[in-house]
Amino acid sequence: MSSLLRHHGLPISEAMAFGLASALSFAYLPFLRINGLPLVSYRMPPRAVIKGLERSLGLDMRFETFRSPPAGMDRLDALLDAGKLVGLQTSVFWLPYFPPDLRFHFNAHNLLVYGRERDEYLISDPVAETTVRCAREDLRRARFARGMLAPKGLLYYVAARPAAPDWVRLGRRALARTARIMLAPLPLIGVRGMKLLAWQIERLPLADGGEHARLYIGNIVRMQEEIGTGGGGFRFLYASFLQELAAKTGHAALDGLASRLVEIGDRWREFALAAARMIRGRDALSPSVLAARLRALAADERVFFQSQHRAQRAWAP
Amino acid sequence: MRERDVPQEGNATLAGHRKAVYAVADDGKLRLVSSRGWEVEEIVTRQAVEDLERRATLARARARAGESSPLEYHMYRARMDVGLLSQVTGVWRWRVRRHLKPAGFARLPPALKLRYAEALGISSEALDRVD
Repeated sequence: MSSLLRHHGLPISEAMAFGLASALSFAYLPFLRINGLPLVSYRMPPRAVIKGLERSLGLDMRFETFRSPPAGMDRLDALLDAGKLVGLQTSVFWLPYFPPDLRFHFNAHNLLVYGRERDEYLISDPVAETTVRCAREDLRRARFARGMLAPKGLLYYVAARPAAPDWVRLGRRALARTARIMLAPLPLIGVRGMKLLAWQIERLPLADGGEHARLYIGNIVRMQEEIGTGGGGFRFLYASFLQELAAKTGHAALDGLASRLVEIGDRWREFALAAARMIRGRDALSPSVLAARLRALAADERVFFQSQHRAQRAWAP
Repeated sequence: MRERDVPQEGNATLAGHRKAVYAVADDGKLRLVSSRGWEVEEIVTRQAVEDLERRATLARARARAGESSPLEYHMYRARMDVGLLSQVTGVWRWRVRRHLKPAGFARLPPALKLRYAEALGISSEALDRVD
């Protein structure tokens, strides 16, 4: 996303784009299951991130989905020929350049296509260090994978140059929005979602020797550390955004918030480490220990986002 | 996480890729640091992959013994389950379950077999075989 904006003359870092889109969150969605395990997410869904950024920066973004795969591929070709950078939503399972162990049926992976050479597309993917190539047929499969969060060939591009942003106004609004989501009085979202998940972990059945419980816990850690950037369930990425915003606007209180969030991110990593040791059998499997850690994290984040909210209100424009 | 604490443990599941993580440098600023992987990630990824592989192996043995259809094996090999295969093909779950049994699979019309094969990314003939 940030490279898409940089291309259109708005220099902005990944962290800044993430923060301004209010992408940080927590959600426990038991009704969305992948291989029988509930979806646990540490950020907003990609489409919401892009939309959030579009709104706050006043971009003119176009989104298109397609019913027929050939139409979707033709449209992509036409946009590339017109010199556009095009973002795509894809399923990682069908992307051949992905490491085999990371190829799951996960449909919400975003990448950026910047060109085409005959039947190969040139792609910039956050997973790979360098740019990669992907054959037309594989890309078609990845774009039109079906199932949960099906991309339906979604592509997006910037139609007009973005204007120079007003960092203070945007920053305040983004901070307020994230604090509101994290403290939302809804059972599945934000701090309340963490508490609910802790309760679910405690109730995991251990009668089968803990097989299911281990998979359940492993799934949470996988969503936290592996999907996405920076580790610690995106907490480090968001902290980096706070630092950058502080530097841009001179609002020093944000620096203090950033270092507190880094500490919370470290707690998340400790949670992941404790869980992994239990999965490997180095420590005895103890759901209540993990649940207690998760509750402590929920309490920390509650206090943190309350202070973020206060910092935002005290920040006179 | 301090910059010097960034794990470089050589996560095998990344297959030689590196990933960027944010870490605090000495001046207190967060910076992107390239990491060769963390053992914790490797553990949880391997765990998920091994679970899928275990299911495929079991299904393969069952298919060879004639207790279930080759479709079950190919489904797990493509890292899917009944719910996902049903969503991907647009075939109702109870019908998918019926086709996982040898008798139901034998009665599959060619068009439907092709639909399964298409969704699993293999050819219709390959769907009949268990290698």
